[in-house]
Amino acid sequence: MKQAFFEYLLRLGDNALVLGHRLSEWCGHGPILEQDIAMTNIALDQVGQARSLLQYAGQVEGSGRTEDNLAYLRDVGGYRNVLLVEQPNGDFAHTITRQFLFDAFNYFQYEALRHSRDEHLRAISEKSIKEITYHLRYSSEWMIRLGDGTEESHQRMQAALDDLWMYTGELTEVTEVDEIMLDAGIGPGLHSIKGLYDEKVSAILAEATLQQPTGAWMQSGGKTGKMHSEHLGHLLAELQFVQRAYPGMEW
Amino acid sequence: MDPKQKALEAQFQARIDADEKIEPKDWMPDAYRKTLIRQISQHAHSEVVGMLPEGNWVTRAPSLRRKVALLAKIQDEAGHGLYLYGAAETLGIDRETLLEELHAGAAKYSSIFNYPSLSWADMGAIGWLVDGAAIMNQVMLTRTSYGPYARAMVRICKEESFHQRQGYEILLTLCRGTEAQKQMAQDSLNRWWWPALMMFGPSDGASTHTEQSMRWRIKRKTNDELRQQFIDATVPQADYLGLTVPDPALKWNDERDHYDFGEIDWAEFWNVVKGNGPCNRERLQARVKAHEQGAWVREAAMAYAEKRQQRQEERNINPRGLKNLAG
Repeated sequence: MKQAFFEYLLRLGDNALVLGHRLSEWCGHGPILEQDIAMTNIALDQVGQARSLLQYAGQVEGSGRTEDNLAYLRDVGGYRNVLLVEQPNGDFAHTITRQFLFDAFNYFQYEALRHSRDEHLRAISEKSIKEITYHLRYSSEWMIRLGDGTEESHQRMQAALDDLWMYTGELTEVTEVDEIMLDAGIGPGLHSIKGLYDEKVSAILAEATLQQPTGAWMQSGGKTGKMHSEHLGHLLAELQFVQRAYPGMEW
Repeated sequence: MDPKQKALEAQFQARIDADEKIEPKDWMPDAYRKTLIRQISQHAHSEVVGMLPEGNWVTRAPSLRRKVALLAKIQDEAGHGLYLYGAAETLGIDRETLLEELHAGAAKYSSIFNYPSLSWADMGAIGWLVDGAAIMNQVMLTRTSYGPYARAMVRICKEESFHQRQGYEILLTLCRGTEAQKQMAQDSLNRWWWPALMMFGPSDGASTHTEQSMRWRIKRKTNDELRQQFIDATVPQADYLGLTVPDPALKWNDERDHYDFGEIDWAEFWNVVKGNGPCNRERLQARVKAHEQGAWVREAAMAYAEKRQQRQEERNINPRGLKNLAG
C-alpha cells in the first residue's frame, strides 16, 4: 500500500514537473508576448504543484528523499509521468493540443482528488484545482481559436491532434496502482473519469471543427515506468545537468 | 521658429521646470516625443530580449525552488515589456511598428544581453549586477517628466529590487558552498562586471542625448553619476560575498568619498553597440524567429475573433436562424 501510494504521488508529481518543464522551454520564445506570459504562468503552477507532490512522495516513502532528490536524481526508468507530457513542444499547435489533452484529464482527476481520503493530498488538490481549472480554460480556448481560425491553423491543429492522440489512452488506463488507490479511497476511479474526459474532449474538438482520430493504437508505459519515449532522457539530461555535474551541493 | 511654436515650447519647458508631469494628451515638442519613444521602446525591447539569456538556464535550474523563482522573474520581465510597450503606445506608436524596428535591427536594446549566460552563477550575476544597474537608472526614471513612463517605472522598480536580491542570494549560496561553486561565482563576476558598468552608456562627454534629456527631465542624473553610484553600492556587496571585482584600479578614495575605478574598454562597448557582441546575431534571430513562427497563431487568433463577431452579429439580426431559410 505504501509503495503504491508513493508510486501514485510520483505519477501526479512527475506529470506536473515534466509538463511544466516542457512549457518552460517556451520561455522567451512564445508567439505573442501575452502568450509567453500565459505559458510561463502555467509552467509556474505546474512546477509548484510538482514540488508539493514530490515533497509529499518523499515523506510517504520515508527514506529521506527530498523533492529535489526525486526530481534531479532519478533516471528515465524511475519517472512515472504519462507519455503525453514528455512529448516535445513542436509548434504552438502541438504544445496547445498536448496541454488540452492533458488538462481535460487532469481537471477531472483533481476534481475527484479533492474528495480523497488522504488529507494532505486533498489539501494539495484543493489548491491545485483552481490552477488546473484555469489551465483547462486556457487550452480549450486556444484549441477552438486555432482549430476554427485560418486554414493553416486548422491544418496544424489537426496534425497535432493526429500525432498526439495515441498518448491519450494511457491517461485513463487502469493499472494495479490505480486499483489500490481506488480501493483505499485515495485515488479516483479512472473508468468514470474516462467518460467525463471523452465527453469534454469531443465537445471541444467539435467546437474547434477538428476531427477526432479513430482507431489509433494507444501507447502506454509512461506511468508504470515500463517504457518511456526517447524524449524523456533528453529532457532529464537538461533538467538534471547541474546536479549531475556537481553532485551533492546546495544551490 | 515661428512665435507660436516658440511660446508653446517655453510653456512646455516651464511645466518641466516646475516638475509637472507631462501626460499623453498634453502638447509636447516633437523631439521630446521622439526621444521618449526611442528610450521607452529600447527599454521595452531590453526587457524582452533580456528574457533570452535567463531563459537559457530555466530548463537547467539546479533545484525546483530556483526553477520557480527564475521562471517568475522572466515572467515579470515579459510583464515589464508589456507595460513599457503600453507606455510607448501613449505616444502614438503601436507595438507592431516597434517590433518591426527591433527585428529590422533599427531599434536598440541594452547591449548587456548580447553577452552569453554560461553557468548557473550567471543567473545570480545577472540579477545582482544587471538588474542592480538597471535599478539605478529606473529609480531615477520614477521621477521622469513623462507621466506614463514614470508610473510604469514605479511598478517595475518594486519587482526589480526583488530580482536583485534574488540574484545576490544565488551568489551568496554559491560563495558559501564548495570551492567549485565559489569559482563558478567568481568566473561569472569576471565576465559580467565590465559589461554591467557599460550599461550606463558612454561617459558624459561622449553622450549625445544626455544634455537635452536632462533639460527635459527625462533623465535626472548623468551616465557617469549613475555608474559611480552603482559601483559605490556594489563593491561592498562583492566584498561580503568574498569575491574579487576584476578591476586592479578599484580603490576607495577618501577625498572623493567614492570608489576610483579603471578605464572602461570603450572600444568593446561601441563594438557591441554596433552589433559585434558575442550574441547580437543570435539574440535578434531568436526574436525574429519567435515572431515569424508565431505569425500563423496571431493570424488565426484574429481570424477567429472576426468570425466570432460576425456570428454574433448574425444572431443579433436573425435570432431565430431565419437566415438559413433565405439561403
